[in-house]
Amino acid sequence: MGRIVLDQVSKSFGKTEVIPPLDLTIEDGEFTVFVGPSGCGKSTLLRLIAGLEDVSGGKVSIDGKEMTEVPPAKRGLSMVFQSYALYPHMSVRKNIAFPLRMAKMDKAEIKKRVEDAATVLNLTDYLSRRPGQLSGGQRQRVAIGRAIVREPSAFLFDEPLSNLDAALRVGMRLEISEMHKRLATTMIYVTHDQVEAMTMADKIVVLQAGVIEQVGSPLELYRAPRNTFVAGFIGSPKMNLLTGEEAAKHDAHTIGIRPEHITISNESGTWEGVVGVSEHLGSDSFFHVKCDGFEDPLTVRAGGELQLSYGAKVFLTPDTAHLHRFNDQGLRIE
Amino acid sequence: MATQHSRSAARMMMAPAVVLLLGWMLVPLIMTLFFSFKKYLPLRGDTLGGGLEWVGFQNYVRFFSSSSFWPSVQTTLIIVGSVLIITVLLGTLLALLLDQPMWGQGVVRILVIAPFFVMPTVSALVWKNMFMDPVNGILAHLWKFFDAVPIQWLSHESLPSIIMIVSWQWLPFATLILLTAVQSLDSEQLEASEMDGAPKLKRFWHIVLPHLSRAITIVILIQTIFLLSIFAEIFVTTGGAFGTKTLTYLIFQRVLDSQNVGLGSAGGVYAIILANIVAIFLMRIVGKNLDT
Ligand SMILES: Nc1ncnc2c1ncn2[C@@H]1O[C@H](COP(=O)(O)OP(=O)(O)O)[C@@H](O)[C@H]1O
Ligand SMILES: [Mg+2]
Repeated sequence: MGRIVLDQVSKSFGKTEVIPPLDLTIEDGEFTVFVGPSGCGKSTLLRLIAGLEDVSGGKVSIDGKEMTEVPPAKRGLSMVFQSYALYPHMSVRKNIAFPLRMAKMDKAEIKKRVEDAATVLNLTDYLSRRPGQLSGGQRQRVAIGRAIVREPSAFLFDEPLSNLDAALRVGMRLEISEMHKRLATTMIYVTHDQVEAMTMADKIVVLQAGVIEQVGSPLELYRAPRNTFVAGFIGSPKMNLLTGEEAAKHDAHTIGIRPEHITISNESGTWEGVVGVSEHLGSDSFFHVKCDGFEDPLTVRAGGELQLSYGAKVFLTPDTAHLHRFNDQGLRIE
Repeated sequence: MATQHSRSAARMMMAPAVVLLLGWMLVPLIMTLFFSFKKYLPLRGDTLGGGLEWVGFQNYVRFFSSSSFWPSVQTTLIIVGSVLIITVLLGTLLALLLDQPMWGQGVVRILVIAPFFVMPTVSALVWKNMFMDPVNGILAHLWKFFDAVPIQWLSHESLPSIIMIVSWQWLPFATLILLTAVQSLDSEQLEASEMDGAPKLKRFWHIVLPHLSRAITIVILIQTIFLLSIFAEIFVTTGGAFGTKTLTYLIFQRVLDSQNVGLGSAGGVYAIILANIVAIFLMRIVGKNLDT
């Protein structure tokens, strides 16, 4: 069980309002990702749910019980911190056992649970080490181990992978996703990385300056971004956003077209332009094309085989079926 | 300092300081050892130039068998031990309090640290005359206010008085070191333990205290060095009377009051031995906290 409901929850630090009142429901068993640029209030929102910060207004309820005034330990949630927050003077075994010891569980049960968690997380050989003697990835696992032994009703992750190198991050991403499938427990995961959000989430919550811009599944957000912020934030590389004359042709203030929805050709097309920087990833190539009449260069995706030299003249054709239109407030026009 | 070259350069650079410090330490040490085997009573006409009489271990035997010797060792250990316990306990408490956000934090912190800047002689005199004076002292007035008979602090409760004065002087040091340690504790660790279900006291016991262990060790080691040789506080208050004669004070009396340099020097060597015994015990008990 772990259905979390935020009702008009807001937070101010002194006079600055970091999170204006917002409503959000996280269903039981759902993997929800809060994503947004740094400083948009993701951590703050997570800490409000955890109870590590007091709300300035509104109500937090978990499984139908109002938890707004309940201290963090009594909410039945586990949290994995960005810095891991392991206890440096305790061995891995003691770190993982700590929440169970605090809950006064009997010794045999603690031993069993710690060893089970260690087996799942590949930590069996490291149980007697201190956190200082572990690699970043292992510390991450210990932090997760400490969170799962309590069998919480929901897990909270605050940018758990941002201190790992790229290869390890991809691996841990998979492990966390797999853990979610196996445990089927509610997870709330905070990240500024839209790739993590897209790959892991059942539901993405896009935040900007404490305001929820859109809530939806990764593909909903990709296919129908509600506004220009979400359009620019979700998807990699970023969606091309065009204003002015070209947008007016489609009765919009701004139009958006993703790099993968533009075809590039040497002979003919809608727009004519000059190739700038090219990025070759092997499977794909991304070209930055400067077109006449557009302020910013367009990013275009092409197959990995295509080679275009700097300064070459090319033609671009947008796939109008995948064109996104936005009005002058930046909101989507259906 | 990886290469052969940089290592030898480092050695060259450090050499002057090492030689100087060694000289500073070795010369007095050797002189003390030298005098401790001699009969040297300046008032009886013994002079260095005239040659001193070699008396073997006579000074050591005399100093050791004096009725003041063991009581002075005991007094020294009681003072050092009590002051350590008081300053570490109160220092930890104060450090935790000062770490809380509060109004006028800057001023309060300066006030807490202030006693450290008062010279020992001055602070002992202030305590003696303004606090502990049985007629005019603030404490006497306090006692009278509650209709109690004022305590004759320095004559009846002499050892606790000295301990109080010295603790007051060293509390700021302990507080300061412990405060910086408290402030360096990662707040996410505390939050993690809070989420793990540890109430305040357990958080202190399982998270804060282990984090402070290294700082506490440093406080204990540094304070011990200075506390073993406190002198001014005793000199200006009890003058070594009423059971406040420490080993340092006893040596002072032998050298200056009795003008017996040889006997005092033998006492000095005992003091060195005592300091080393204390150091060995301390390193055994708390030294492991300094390993990473
Ligand atoms: N304890 C605090 N006191 C004052 N301002 C804070 C505090 N914590 C966070 N903030 C502010 O709230 C905003 C959101 O912070 P945070 O939730 O940490 O962002 P994110 O995790 O999305 O990067 C930031 O502008 C930050 O400066
Ligand atoms: Mg954050």
